[in-house]
Amino acid sequence: MPGPGTSGAKTALYPMWNSPMDIGFDFKYSVMWESIPTLLIGMKWTILITIFGLLIGFLLGALFGLMRISGNPFLRKLAGTYIESVRGTPIMVQVMFIYFGLPMALNTRIPPMIAGIVAIAVNSGAYIAEVFRGAFQSIDPGQTEAGRSIGLTGLQTRYYVIWPQAFKRMIPPLGNQFIISLKDTSLLVVVGVGELTRTGQEIIASNFRAFEVWLTVAILYLVMTLSLSKVLNLLEKKMDISQ
Amino acid sequence: MIKILDLYKNFGDVEVLQGVGLEIAQKEVTVIMGPSGSGKSTLLRCINCLEEISDGTVVIDGHDVRDPKTDINFIRTEVGMVFQQFNLFPHMTALGNVTLGPLKVRKVSRADADKLGRELLEKVGLADKADAYPEHLSGGQKQRVAIARSLAMRPKAMLFDEPTSALDPELVGEVLEVMKQLGREGMTMVVVTHEMGFAREVADRVVFMDDGQIVEDSPPEEMFESPAHERTRSFLKSIL
Repeated sequence: MPGPGTSGAKTALYPMWNSPMDIGFDFKYSVMWESIPTLLIGMKWTILITIFGLLIGFLLGALFGLMRISGNPFLRKLAGTYIESVRGTPIMVQVMFIYFGLPMALNTRIPPMIAGIVAIAVNSGAYIAEVFRGAFQSIDPGQTEAGRSIGLTGLQTRYYVIWPQAFKRMIPPLGNQFIISLKDTSLLVVVGVGELTRTGQEIIASNFRAFEVWLTVAILYLVMTLSLSKVLNLLEKKMDISQ
Repeated sequence: MIKILDLYKNFGDVEVLQGVGLEIAQKEVTVIMGPSGSGKSTLLRCINCLEEISDGTVVIDGHDVRDPKTDINFIRTEVGMVFQQFNLFPHMTALGNVTLGPLKVRKVSRADADKLGRELLEKVGLADKADAYPEHLSGGQKQRVAIARSLAMRPKAMLFDEPTSALDPELVGEVLEVMKQLGREGMTMVVVTHEMGFAREVADRVVFMDDGQIVEDSPPEEMFESPAHERTRSFLKSIL
């Protein structure tokens, strides 16, 4: 493919073709193809960190979300503090605090991968807790009253009556959070986790093909987020049929 | 069966019930009427322990609800409740709604629960709707499922909180028919409703409430033909 600026006729018509910016720019598909095998290794780590981070984040979210709506004021306050602290600080600061800050206080070292998983878990946990709270509180109080009025205990009512309805309402906002957390793993670049973004950076450091490599990285992120959306849509449909 | 003595209930500064006394005998059908905000629903909810009592006594079948030794869940299985908004469980079929209590509270087997559930659905005229989800039922059908769900616990008394108020006019009749049948079978019932026809036909007594107090308590003929109090008269005039 001839680079722009090599044709005299074009230059006459479009003087800007000679601007310094495009000198030497020569898009190469081959760079994209060649970078993919290495990027896939990074992508594998992105997926692993996302899965483990979200699994723990989901458990944290369930725990703190239920604490947030519990009758115990101390538990409510504790959950509120956690949620507000995480939501009120940038995830970049959280990542650095967990990787550089905490080990200093605890006088130990944390492998970057573990720090990454912990950061994603703690961060998503706060947002998922709010998803839980919102879903539970959106269920009509009449449902609880109906459950209690036939003699179910509070726990039975939550388990058999409220939870199945709340879970269905949680799927769309949960899916949203899953996608956000997946993309947030790219921030782990600052602590040197070899995930997708970091891998892309490393490839560029050796071949200087920023355009092709970042484009490929972006496409790989899209492949992951779109697949996740698809799975969640299917789950949502399946839940709807069962009603 | 149900004994209420000097019952007070306030929500913050608002006194909703101000010294209500009412005794309901077994097999008695009592209709409670009164303007909105007079405390009718709150009274029912206090009987079923859905609201905590501020002061006074409620005794159900010999069990004082404020006695710490009384098991509230047990009381609730003794007294069924039917709500204005039905409150069916939307994620369960009609049969699922009816059998949940027997399965989880009474711990009967699935087969026995299903048998009981189908019997009760037939009793309320919905044998063919056992597998339908609430969203596919009309308001009247939903309320009849809700009645069957309460009956599944074999309660000794049933409370109805404006059971036909959320229904389209043409659907009121089918629900009242089921309730009349229950009354004729000897179920102890307390019904908050403004359906005078129902009151005339099945009620043993009509209680008129206003401002958190019982103003008048008399048999339906007396209540409707010659109310003793001015407030009762003006209320009855307004709902006719």
